[in-house]
Parts: sequence; structure tokens; C-alpha cells
Amino acid sequence: MYLFRLAMASLANRRFTAILTAFAIALSVCLLLAVERVRTEARASFASTISGTDLIVGARSGSVNLLLYSVFRIGNATNNIRWDSFEHFANSPKVKWAIPISLGDSHRGYRVMGTTEAYFEHYQYGHQQNLQLASGREFASDPFEVVLGAEVAEALHYKLGDKLVLAHGVAAISLVKHDDKPFTVVGILKRTGTPVDRTLHISLGGMEAIHIDWHNGVPAQGSGRISADQARNMDLTPQAITAFMLGLNSKIATFAVQREINEYRGEPMLAILPGVALQELWSLMGTAEKALFVVSLFVVLTGLIGMLTAILTSLNERRREMAILRSVGARPWHIATLLVLEAFALALFGVLAGLGLLYLGIALAQGYVQSTYGLYLPLAWPSEYEWTLLGGILIAALLMGSVPAWRAYRQSLADGLSIRL
Amino acid sequence: MTQALIQLSDLGFSWPGHPQLLDIPAFRLEAGETLFLKGPSGSGKTTLLGLLGGVQKPNRGSIRLLGQELTELSAGARDRFRVDHTGYIFQQFNLLPFLSVRENVELPCHFSRLRAGRAVQRHGSVDQAAATLLAHLGLKDPDLLERRADSLSIGQQQRVAAARALIGQPELVIADEPTSALDYDAREAFIRLLFAECREAGASLLFVSHDQSLAPLFDRNLSLAELNRAATPAEV
Repeated sequence: MYLFRLAMASLANRRFTAILTAFAIALSVCLLLAVERVRTEARASFASTISGTDLIVGARSGSVNLLLYSVFRIGNATNNIRWDSFEHFANSPKVKWAIPISLGDSHRGYRVMGTTEAYFEHYQYGHQQNLQLASGREFASDPFEVVLGAEVAEALHYKLGDKLVLAHGVAAISLVKHDDKPFTVVGILKRTGTPVDRTLHISLGGMEAIHIDWHNGVPAQGSGRISADQARNMDLTPQAITAFMLGLNSKIATFAVQREINEYRGEPMLAILPGVALQELWSLMGTAEKALFVVSLFVVLTGLIGMLTAILTSLNERRREMAILRSVGARPWHIATLLVLEAFALALFGVLAGLGLLYLGIALAQGYVQSTYGLYLPLAWPSEYEWTLLGGILIAALLMGSVPAWRAYRQSLADGLSIRL
Repeated sequence: MTQALIQLSDLGFSWPGHPQLLDIPAFRLEAGETLFLKGPSGSGKTTLLGLLGGVQKPNRGSIRLLGQELTELSAGARDRFRVDHTGYIFQQFNLLPFLSVRENVELPCHFSRLRAGRAVQRHGSVDQAAATLLAHLGLKDPDLLERRADSLSIGQQQRVAAARALIGQPELVIADEPTSALDYDAREAFIRLLFAECREAGASLLFVSHDQSLAPLFDRNLSLAELNRAATPAEV
């Protein structure tokens, strides 16, 4: 205990270096914990991108690909599925609800999704949360109405009643626009922190209407063109959609329905369980996340090496201090203990200050991060895993402290009581 | 013949790879005696003090302190024996600058139970022992006790170092050029205070210096070159 007080007093005497050293450790600890928290939350929020949906169905391809385009709006479907295939399963007695999805158009880089009212009623994310309107209403019987995701409305400054034109295809800059059939913004969704925020939602009828006079991927010319008003009076039931989502009456039936879809004779289709596919996808992205974690571990190591350097550098100028301590009866192991305690104290200050910085950072950034990235960073006590990390850092500091301790031990044996300068 | 406080016989020492530095056939320091040992720098006096403190071990011969043969003790036991029975005063910068004056004086009591026990027995508490010693050495101001050691003048610092050497009544006080940083008047005053306190504590004083002018104040004075057969003729 007395040695600890001596170590503290000696550190306080070198407080400028000591504070810098502890601050370097604090920053590295803060970074490590922040990465760990964001990682945990990103994983949790990733897993809750979609919930409540039992099966996602698309044309036969890979499950990750299907998940990417149907939920994350990344990439494209390899093929469409026929409307009657959708109806076949949507009307199955095992199915509680079905949401058709039709993709392929965009608006200034944001994807357009054709769907039905079922989407607003049944699509869920996070902890079984339904989509909610921030303003306006869902699209109704008029085909040329659009409901915007929160980010689309915010980034492009759209408000209710604005007119916008959709572009054919999903490239950021599209040369072919559906400018003969403008859409009116009737609703804006609340922020979800999921890809829904970056989506424009129109009805399947609207999707059909803008392509009604298209043949082989190009718009009709001259007299073949059909105006918006003409389209309104036509049958807008689609021929094909991109994918659909199913909610079942009983979860137990999930695998049976999945097999039924995968073996459907009408056309080759693939049904996936969103949870399983999400896991698969995360394991792909997990490498980046692990790399980030490893980098922050190395930053902590750098902080500790900084401490080691600071202590080792101080040893020479502290020979007098050691010799005085020896002359008043400190034995070489006292000197060694003093240095280990010093390293431990620096690391402990660093860890505590790092925690302080982390909580300060979270408190300040919480709102911004949630509204911008949809990540909720809780101001919670460190998790068991985080405690383990912090404990590991302290143990590493003790081990590192034993290096200068050993040197001081040897030095104080050699120097004895004589004070050399 | 009474038991000597320090008794060296046939002591030989050399640093590894160097010629013989010390060769002392016989040396005694009696209990309660004050001895002036003259030695220029490089004459091996620091090494001799290291041997007396048990930091180094001689190549041959015997070192007896209070009848205890130091060469028979382990390094740890020599360390303990040193702090229990010896107080040190060095040239200057003797104190840990980051501790208060009082904490500096009390340092040996944290490493020696024997000296802490004696301080408590005589003065009631270690704090009281430190305050009393400092007061005897002319540092009476109670505010001064809690000041940082390096805020004091050199002369004051040396008196604090003396108080630290004397706390808990060690039998031997070794002073290595403690006055070299003081001016002449201050030197004599310091030595008289030191004598008075050593006498009061019943401690012997081994005072090592190259400054011959102080020698007449001591009970006895000796030159290391006379003692040491390994000394070069020029030094004798």
C-alpha cells in the first residue's frame, strides 16, 4: 500500500508525461470499445432489417442474392416470377399474408419498389415494428402515387404533393425516363434505419402503367404511346413481379411451404428464410468487422507500447530516486514492484478515462447516429465481453510493466546506493 | 575489549575486470565514535560505503557490523540489516522531491519495522519522531513539514536528510560528503547539529569527505589511503 502511494507520488511528479501516456491509452480504449459497441449494434440492427417475414421468394438464384435485392435493394434479380405463381402461393391456406415486390426502376439513385397495401400492413423490421407514415397517406387507387422513404424525402427535399419522374433501370444516371407519367408524393414514411428509408414505394398498378407501352425494353414511339390518362383506364394487373414475401399462419409450416415453393412445377423459384440468409450475409461482411476490431486492438497495443517507452525512458533519469529508496531500505523487489504499480496505475487511469470518453461520446452522438445510421448506441454498463477486454488491457499493462521493472531491478542491484549522474 | 561497531579485517575488493581497489588489513569504528575519513574521489570510498551497506560483497575478508558478519548474509538479509542499523546522508539531492519533508524523514520507517518501532517507543509516533528530529535540527516551522522537499534550500534539505538518517535511532550514521554543497559557516553548524543528534541517539558517525578543514571537529580522523594498501603511492 505504501509502495502504491510512492508510485502515485512519483507519477504525480511527472504528471505531464503521465497524463499524456494515460490519455493515449484512454483514446485507444475508447476506440476499441466504440468499435465493439458499433459492431454489436450493427450486427443487431442488421439482423433486424426484416422481421416477421417467414419466407422471401424469388426466381431461382442464390439466397444471398435474393436477400440483397429484395431487402437491401442491392443488385438485381436474375429473372422475374410470374404473377400467377405469386397468386398460387398467396392464396394458399397456409399463408396469412403475401407482399409482392416489383423492382427495376429508380429515381435519382434511389430504388423504386412496386408493391401493394399489404406492404404497409404486414412488412416489419426491428422488433416487430410496422412501417409508419410521418406524413400523408399510403398510395391508393390512382396508379401514379408514390410513398417515399424517409431518407429519399430528406435528401431530395420532397414534400407532399410534389411531382417526380421515375427513371427506367437502376443506374444512378438514367437516360430513359418515364417522364410522360409523373408521380405525386402522397406519403412519407418515418425513419426505420433500414433500406426502406432509401426506397420509393409505388403500387404494382403504377409500375405496370409506366411500362404499359414498352416493348422489348424500349418505350413505344409515336402512335403506340399510351398516355397516363389512358393507362388509368386500362387493366393494370402485372404479368410478372420480382419477388414476394410471405407470412404464414403457423411457423411450423415454414419448411413445408419452403419445400413446396422450391419444388413448384410452374417455374423455378427459390424460397429463403430471412434470418438464415441474413446470417449468411453477415458472415460475409464479418471479415471487415473483424478487421476493424483487430485494428483497434492494435491501437490499444500501440498505446501500451507508448506507456512502456515512457517508463523505460524515465528509468535513467530516475536512478537517483531508486538509489535514495535503496538507501532508506527499499530492496530491489520493492523498486521492481514500484514500476509494475506505475504501469498498472497508468493503464487503470487510461481505461477509466477511456470509459469516460466513450460515454461522453455516446451521450453526444447518440441522437445523430440513430437518426443518420439507424444505430441505437445504448448508454449501458460495459457488457461482460467489454469487461473482459478491459481486464485484458490491464493484464497486458502488468506484463509490459514487468519489462521496466526487471530493468530497474537489475539497475538498482548494480547501482546500489551510489548516485551517479 | 568492547565489541566494535564496525570491524573490517583482511578486506579485499575489486570490480570485475579491474585491479584491486581496496585492500584493508584492519579497521574499527567504536560505538558512539565520530570518525572523519578523508578520501579523494576515485580512492574507493564510495565502494567502501557500498560494502559497509551490504550492497556489494567483498572478494575476501570479513565485515562485521554490530557483531554480525555481513558476508554470511543473503542479499535480502543484508538490505534489511542495513536499513535497520544504518542511516545515510549523501552529498546533495538526497530527498525524493515529490514527497513532503515529513514523508521524506519517515521513509526508513516504512522499510524497517525495527526503526519504526524505536521511533514510536521514543516519541509516541513516527510523525512525532520526525517533527522532533527536524525541530532539533533547526526546522521548527510546522508548515514546513508538509511542503515539498524540493521547495527547501540546500542547507535545509541536508538537515532533512540528517533527520531521515537519524529517525528510529540506527547505531551507525554514514555521511558521504554531506556538506560539499554548503558554505563554510553552514558546514560547521551542520556538523555540530549532526554531532549533537548522533550523541543523543547514541549513534556512531562515519563521515567521509575530502575537505580536511572539518577534520579537527571529530573524535578521530583517518585517511583512506593510509588504511588501504591497494592505494597508489601518490595518494599517500
